[in-house]
Amino acid sequence: MELIKPGINVNFVGKMKMFFWFSITLTIVSLIYIIARGGPIMGIDFAGGTIVQIKYSQATSVDKIREALKPMNLEGSVVQEVGSRSENEFLLRIEMSSADLKGISDKIEDAMAVAYGKQGFEIRRIEAVGPKAGKDLTQKGILAVCFSLLGMLIYISWRYEFRFALGGIIALIHDVIVSVAFFTLLGGEFTLTIIAALLTIIGYSINDTVVVFDRIRENMRKSPTQELGEIINASINQTLSRTILTSFTVFLVLIALYFFGGVVIHDFAFILLVGIVFGTYSSVFIASPLIIVWESAFPSKRKRKK
Amino acid sequence: MLQSIKLRALITVAVMLAAIYYLIPSIYPDMPAQMANLFPKNKIRLGLDLQGGMHLLLEVDTEKAMEASVDRLANSMKESLMEKKVRFRNIESKGGMISIEIASREYRADFDKVLADQFPDLEIKSYDTVDGREKLNLALKPKRLAEMKKTTLEQSLETIRNRIDQFGVTEPEIIPEGEDRILIQLPGIKDPRRAIDLIGRTALLEFKLVDEEHNLEDAMRGNVPAGSILMKGAREGAEKTSGRRDTMYLLKDRTLLTGQSLENAQVKISDRFGEPYVSIKFNPQGARDFDRITGENVNRRLAIVLDGAVYSAPVIKERISGGDAQITGSFTMDDAKDLAIVLRAGSLPAPVKILEQRTVGPSLGQDSIDKGIASTLIAFFLVIVFMLVYYKGSGVIANVALLLNCILTLGTLAVFQATLTLPGIAGILLVIGMAVDANVLIFERAREEIRLGKTPRAVIETGYGKAFITILDTHITTLIAAVFLFQFGTGPVKGFAVTLTIGLIYSILTAVFVTRIIFDYLVLNRKIKTLSI
Repeated sequence: MELIKPGINVNFVGKMKMFFWFSITLTIVSLIYIIARGGPIMGIDFAGGTIVQIKYSQATSVDKIREALKPMNLEGSVVQEVGSRSENEFLLRIEMSSADLKGISDKIEDAMAVAYGKQGFEIRRIEAVGPKAGKDLTQKGILAVCFSLLGMLIYISWRYEFRFALGGIIALIHDVIVSVAFFTLLGGEFTLTIIAALLTIIGYSINDTVVVFDRIRENMRKSPTQELGEIINASINQTLSRTILTSFTVFLVLIALYFFGGVVIHDFAFILLVGIVFGTYSSVFIASPLIIVWESAFPSKRKRKK
Repeated sequence: MLQSIKLRALITVAVMLAAIYYLIPSIYPDMPAQMANLFPKNKIRLGLDLQGGMHLLLEVDTEKAMEASVDRLANSMKESLMEKKVRFRNIESKGGMISIEIASREYRADFDKVLADQFPDLEIKSYDTVDGREKLNLALKPKRLAEMKKTTLEQSLETIRNRIDQFGVTEPEIIPEGEDRILIQLPGIKDPRRAIDLIGRTALLEFKLVDEEHNLEDAMRGNVPAGSILMKGAREGAEKTSGRRDTMYLLKDRTLLTGQSLENAQVKISDRFGEPYVSIKFNPQGARDFDRITGENVNRRLAIVLDGAVYSAPVIKERISGGDAQITGSFTMDDAKDLAIVLRAGSLPAPVKILEQRTVGPSLGQDSIDKGIASTLIAFFLVIVFMLVYYKGSGVIANVALLLNCILTLGTLAVFQATLTLPGIAGILLVIGMAVDANVLIFERAREEIRLGKTPRAVIETGYGKAFITILDTHITTLIAAVFLFQFGTGPVKGFAVTLTIGLIYSILTAVFVTRIIFDYLVLNRKIKTLSI
């Protein structure tokens, strides 16, 4: 069985400009969206605050829950239903205040006990992050992403060439920005697990890119006088089958996670799905053609027919 | 690569059996003892998000400990200077700094001598001359300060460990972090509220006399006499949430005895009303002190203060020489038990603040495990079917590699007793998706070579040869991300980085080494004419 015909020869490089414009526009729109919003929606891991996930033994509503929180002056908290209707599970999020961490979760528990009776609800989980810890985690998250990008840049420059690395990293940045924007658009919250997902997207996207680079390098060695544009085109076409396939299998796995993994894994799987799609797209349509752009701006020492 | 197929196959099977051997204790944790002895003790640990439990990040207020220490030094200094007849005015201790005015220059030399002889930990930070008098500011030497921070952290760790031990949690983890933080993980805890209360209380027990010479109402209006202090009464149990105002007490500031003098504390039930109370016993020195104090203050009231709140202030009817006393209040059984625990374990040298708290209930933990297993099975199923359909016979070989990969990853987790978290399970799945990639790279290359008309043997050799470098590159780049994730991540995220890393390494091995064995067998031994790919 063959998804991609062996003799395929799409002129990717020829259509380069069109894809570039599309991607640049997409990236800029994404950036503007994120900035206008004041940044992605920060989960408590970074913004501080408390989340309480409660399962009720009987059907109830967001309003009723808010009512229950009123005596504790917490009715301003965000309350959402999670999971399927029948599960009666809700997520409460309380903004961080100067009040102590421990007090808040106790207050919520007491308030629920008053409104629903001690047996009427079950606290599934509590996560409370104070301001110091929040700042710490934010810093760690940013460092993790920055170091990873740097690490990739160095490794690829070493294994291939610097211009390859640059193309790859630019494609990566595009992937991250667009994934974050998409995710935020649909109301996703930024948590530590999401940072993990972003790093995975980075690692995965560079994967794709490296496979194409590898082929380019091999073809460059085989035909040293062939025009760069032609080589790149050929390489992309030759590896297209593999690129699509791998993305497809990871896609399958993510689908399983998304639908069956439960509330906690849900967001994680979703942003990965988005990231994989864009990662594949950027590897094929952006990373490699960028090499040509770089080449015309800074011609390499090797003589090539232009 | 080792030439002999037999040898390679043997190694693979041996490694796989080893992995399974190490995995069994984790899959069947409740084996009968005789069987359990046959297997290693290493087990995969479940993260808190899978087994339920509490994660706490505490910060020890080493500043406060330092300030308290400096306060004590100031008092000590006052006495020493008076003894040595060094005249001074206005000795004050605030925020870790002691400021003192020496009466005149002549006394400075004597002061310096006292400082050097009796207070080697202090040094002069700055000084002014005001009207011929020298005003000095003293603080702890930096080295001493650093030492103190370290000791405070260690003591806090020790005390908290004691408390948790007595509370009875299986496999707690109490780890220092940085200069002043403590990370606590309590798996399977049923009552997180009680646990936090227990851990976070400073539990400073003090005995002070009630000031009966001055007027309480007067003091409450703002005229607190020198040497006295106003304190509120403690609320326990039901009183905690009632709307009543705090009862106030006027006490003499001086602390006569502290919890340090205790030897033991136990919960007992009062005969009269069946209410629980805490019976405390002083150590020999404490008993002597208690004897003296009660003897000197018969018919006065002695307040029992815990963490700055007065629990009771009974009248001393007579001299108490046995070294026994009682702390009563409207305790519930749990309250009394917890109080006894903290009194036994000792007070914290400095207050602790909770920076982060994450609690997962056991039902959610079980749910997450179930969902993890479900999604793993489904993902596996989807990928296996796809590989079969797309690559036919070779697909089967790739699937074998995938399964092996999974077993090896889990086995390694078991050997190192690593922690499996929900994102960790996602990590294993992701590796499956990516591991397929390695096989795909080889197979696609093989298909190309077939199209060029090469023999099966040449196809395999070239396919593997060319693909290997690419496989290495792609896996290493993802590994770079995983390594940084491990470095900067915490808890569940770390678990993800771990399974990702282990899985990727095995992925390289199984894709290149293991599948090759099977192909080589088919091509060299069975000499098949065409590859099913």
